[in-house]
Amino acid sequence: MSASAVSQSAMSAFSTPVSPIFGRLTLESFPFHEPILVATFAVVALGGLVVFGALTYFRLWGYLWKEWFTSVDHKKIGIMYMVLGIIMLLRGFADAIMMRLQQALAFGGSDGYLPAHHYDQVFTAHGVIMIFFVAMPLVTGLMNYVVPLQIGARDVSFPFLNNFSFWMTVGGAILVMMSLFVGEFAKTGWLAYPPLSGISYSPDVGVDYYIWALQVAGVGTTLSGINLICTIVKMRAPGMTLMKMPIFTWTSLCTNALIVASFPILTAVLALLALDRYFGMNFFTNDFGGSPMLYVNLIWIWGHPEVYILILPAFGVFSEVASTFSGKRLFGYTSMVYATVVITILSYLVWLHHFFTMGSGASVNSFFGITTMIISIPTGAKIFNWLFTMYRGRIKFELPMMYTVAFMLTFVIGGMTGVLLAVPPADFVLHNSLFLIAHFHNVIIGGVVFGMFAGIAYWWPKAFGFKLDPFWGKMSFWFWVVGFYFAFMPLYVLGLMGVTRRLRVFDDPSLQIWFIIAAFGAFLILLGILSFLVQIAVSIKNREQLRDVTGDPWNGRTLEWATSSPPPDYNFAFTPVIHDGDAWWDMKQRGYKRPLEGFKPIHMPRNTPTGILLAACAVALGFALIWYIWWLAAVSFVALLGIAITHTFNYNRDFSIPAEDVIRAEDARTRVLAAQVTP
Amino acid sequence: MTIAVTSDSAAAPIFYEVDEHAHPDGGSTSLGFWIYLMSDCLIFAMLFATYGVLGGNYAAGPAPKDLFDLNLVALNTTMLLFSSITYGFAMLAMARGRIGQVQVWLAVTALFGLAFLSIELFEFAHMIHEGATPQRSAFLSAFFTLVGTHGLHVTFGLIWLVTLMVQVGQRGLIPANRRRLMCLSMFWHFLDVVWIGVFTFVYLMGMLR
Amino acid sequence: MTGAVLSRFRVLALLPLMAFLSGCNFTVLHPAGDVAWQQRDLVIISTVLMLIIIIPVMALTVLFAWRYRQSNTEARYEPEWHHSTHLELVIWAAPLLIIICLGALTWMGTHLLDPYRPIERISENQPVPANAQPLEVEVVALDWKWLFIYPQYGIATVNELAAPVDRPISFRITASSVMNSFYIPALAGQIYAMPGMQTKLHAVINEAGSYRGFSANYSGAGFSGMHFRFLGQSPADFDAWLASAKAGGGDLTRAAYLELEKPSQNVPVTRFAQVDPALYNAILNMCVEPGKMCMSEMMAIDAKGGLGMAGINNVLPLTYDKFARRGTVFGGSPAMVVGICAPEDLVTPAASVGAFAPRQLAPREGASAARILGAGLPAPSFTPISAPADLLAPAARRPSNS
Repeated sequence: MSASAVSQSAMSAFSTPVSPIFGRLTLESFPFHEPILVATFAVVALGGLVVFGALTYFRLWGYLWKEWFTSVDHKKIGIMYMVLGIIMLLRGFADAIMMRLQQALAFGGSDGYLPAHHYDQVFTAHGVIMIFFVAMPLVTGLMNYVVPLQIGARDVSFPFLNNFSFWMTVGGAILVMMSLFVGEFAKTGWLAYPPLSGISYSPDVGVDYYIWALQVAGVGTTLSGINLICTIVKMRAPGMTLMKMPIFTWTSLCTNALIVASFPILTAVLALLALDRYFGMNFFTNDFGGSPMLYVNLIWIWGHPEVYILILPAFGVFSEVASTFSGKRLFGYTSMVYATVVITILSYLVWLHHFFTMGSGASVNSFFGITTMIISIPTGAKIFNWLFTMYRGRIKFELPMMYTVAFMLTFVIGGMTGVLLAVPPADFVLHNSLFLIAHFHNVIIGGVVFGMFAGIAYWWPKAFGFKLDPFWGKMSFWFWVVGFYFAFMPLYVLGLMGVTRRLRVFDDPSLQIWFIIAAFGAFLILLGILSFLVQIAVSIKNREQLRDVTGDPWNGRTLEWATSSPPPDYNFAFTPVIHDGDAWWDMKQRGYKRPLEGFKPIHMPRNTPTGILLAACAVALGFALIWYIWWLAAVSFVALLGIAITHTFNYNRDFSIPAEDVIRAEDARTRVLAAQVTP
Repeated sequence: MTIAVTSDSAAAPIFYEVDEHAHPDGGSTSLGFWIYLMSDCLIFAMLFATYGVLGGNYAAGPAPKDLFDLNLVALNTTMLLFSSITYGFAMLAMARGRIGQVQVWLAVTALFGLAFLSIELFEFAHMIHEGATPQRSAFLSAFFTLVGTHGLHVTFGLIWLVTLMVQVGQRGLIPANRRRLMCLSMFWHFLDVVWIGVFTFVYLMGMLR
Repeated sequence: MTGAVLSRFRVLALLPLMAFLSGCNFTVLHPAGDVAWQQRDLVIISTVLMLIIIIPVMALTVLFAWRYRQSNTEARYEPEWHHSTHLELVIWAAPLLIIICLGALTWMGTHLLDPYRPIERISENQPVPANAQPLEVEVVALDWKWLFIYPQYGIATVNELAAPVDRPISFRITASSVMNSFYIPALAGQIYAMPGMQTKLHAVINEAGSYRGFSANYSGAGFSGMHFRFLGQSPADFDAWLASAKAGGGDLTRAAYLELEKPSQNVPVTRFAQVDPALYNAILNMCVEPGKMCMSEMMAIDAKGGLGMAGINNVLPLTYDKFARRGTVFGGSPAMVVGICAPEDLVTPAASVGAFAPRQLAPREGASAARILGAGLPAPSFTPISAPADLLAPAARRPSNS
């Protein structure tokens, strides 16, 4: 047996003693021997130093701390979520490029440039980061920013909790990023199936990073879900009945219901995995009566609703965009709402389709296959609704609308391949293949990513008072769309050739051309991301030319366009009263006059540093648990508890914006509007 | 609120509230706390489901009937049920605005809670001493985790309860404190309900297995 | 497959790709086994069924986007038009109808192509002969190679599988450590290989040839090299292949297996002329290691209510392990439950524990009922299990979602 002994490195990891001060953290935990990581670290450190230096030089720390980090304003928190999502997109995409390169190179005896130990971390990190720290922050950020404005509220129900949720999400992201330079990340695939993720087969810190990063971020996500549900249920402006809510608010409500009803499952199942790994319990082990398949079931009971958590808000964005840019009411609002609700409920009845191939009986498989197909009925109805919203409209092809059309054409392909994978015998030949990879990137890029870019372009002028540069936006759009097709159509082809996922090296040279095309596609997407960043930079530079003073640059239909851009801290000087589903459209049609006097003081929540402090303690706690640094774990846990309790002794959490300030802000807007009418 | 929301008269539609209606402070708290409780309930649901799946996997080790002492558990259940009743008395006292009574009943509740925790810890220690550790079988892992998570919740409930006693002592029964007492009340009763599930599903049915 | 769709994006993306399509080997679409053919048919029929609705939607999207563009002032503009009961009926009914068809197809296809169901036909017009004896293969996914045991012929191979054409094959599949998926695209769809559990697959190969087989579920560092050749052979070639395996020598004993299952990568083809007949069941029940209790035994005991307090200490430190695993930080060192019956008892009366001798472990000769052992335990009051024949039979644990 000419077998290479591979468990040697793993065995040496066992023998590392746990020091009372540093736990199992030693100098060897830092990957000095990996040139790729050292270079990455150098770049990140350098970039970090530059940013740090610039912030210090321009004395921005105080401003950032006072106005942003401690802010409880849903608008600022929403923007910070978006920034987090975009930064993490760069990291997640770097992983994607590395994978595409490795797979394009590793042919004909070549081992590529990534050893298994590194490559396996890369694809795990790519999945985890893209779902938890790119898609989730972008979706949550958009909901955070837009929902209170759309329902005519001044903030969310629990503004402090909102700040805390955000920083917990950041905390999770920090732990994942830390694993790049201190220790390593999981080498298990993004859902960390046991027994592979158990202590026997993954004795290193990777899976612990995975567990604690997701636990920390998961707390934030769950609380943010509770917060937004309460906001939507309790804080709608008078007159806004449920069936007069903007469709984006509806999809947000359903998404947050899904969050609250699914993230606790993730928390529980990861906690059980942690108990296996730390206490030697036997939930998911092979021996002592454990059941690895239980984990697979539980994690997918969370995992399937998760994909709808991501896609529903994107559906909401497309609905708003389609009706605004077609200059028309949304076709079939009621059926759109029911479709959303039906999808929400059905998403809990389909989890087993992720593992038809684990030997369930034919009746079980058929049941879950058919429930999965049933979801495509409301989804199909939605597609038709957007189609007939465009019908007899006057479509302005601004960037958000371009993304919407690209979405409609792309998403139906992904939907079709998805239904195909829901047919169990077809899944037997396509499961875990690159066809599957192509399918879910088809729906996530074609649906969620396009939706987020549409949303960013659509609401950017609301958030910053100027539009995004259209030229670079279109560049980004075309690179993304064309790049997507180049990157993922070859994967469909490869899947039909029977090529499976997560392979590091290949021996069939005829496959290489497809991987090269896919790598080219990934390169085009890279240009798309760069164009997006350039678009933001150019737009900021040319903000005076792109300025929108009306607050309503797209001739919008919903309430957020009724206030100024950017909106004042208090959103609306007077709480609006709603008579129609398209509230702002109705106000414009019926001769709404902006109130000019009678302003009163406005009651607002006060900023607080507690959220960021709590999250910092949570990160320290997570880090300590990962590295077995027990004293730090104890200290940070006690600090966490202490800060939380101390916070409850502060009863004075509000203040009033004086009427003079409101008058000053509103008068300024009056002057700007007047200047625009008579140039 | 001075405006009639439904007045859709074409003549003068009202598009904003001139008189700011005061959002009652903490108006969403009760709903938010309910939703939180339901999400917590889901965690317990997962643990129950896990126990349901793994509860019969003794790994050729001891089974519930070898380990559980129903008398002790019955005593324990009594402690927790009494603590719920005494918390109820605290809420009645709160409704009447009697700070002293509220504090006394809260203290009694805390004592019952402590008794519950002590008995539970005694039970755990006894089992571990006998060798029935959470590592011994999937059944024991699931048992210790389900019951232990409940115990952990009771512990946090106690910390919260003590904090609230201090706050009520400092500021009296102001609306914010009343709201907090109400939330803790829901939390405490919720733990009671979960315990009924544990008692029935784990202990009683375990003895029958 | 969907190249006919008229969309500028897709045409743009597919044009360069179409050029390559002819020269490629679409195993999934041109398999060599009847089961895979039927699965392929299902893939194509489902796709066509969905294209009935996908193509019009895509065409309408492009049409509406073009026709109702802002610059086209001739198109009708109805800003308040947002409801039509007829249209709503159509847009809900059309997907519903397609899904009803697809659902019926799914229900039938899933039951007909259930991998657990023995095949009834060899190819489209050729039923399985009544006297046909299926080829039995026991498959074990190891880190990171495949072990195939032929119980009918008493041989075993690593990373090479052969089968005669047109003879039904019955696979029984398990794994030694982590989850893998057993997949030969040319033969039939995949099924997971999971430790301590057994899955089944029934298939037949119709064309002679050499095909790729591999693990389709990521299983760790050596995953990329975890593939094998599947040889579809004429009966004569298959006999020759068997003979060569027999002649090659090598004996897959338990000891040899414990050496084999240690993690290794890119393992070349190996053949064993002899196999311990109890080995597969011992692997499936995770008790190849001497002294370890088999899962079938454990499950039978658990079904009877466990071993009581006496069973608590029936655990020993795990001295042997393929990964040299270490305990958890708070959970102590790794352990195993000590067997009461030797795994050999399950199949053969012979008992040979080998070199392994846990401390104070009584020798386990014979089949006496008072054989409960443990790390120095007194014999507890344990009622022996009364129906050993069927309870202690190596009944495999089936994945629990059935």
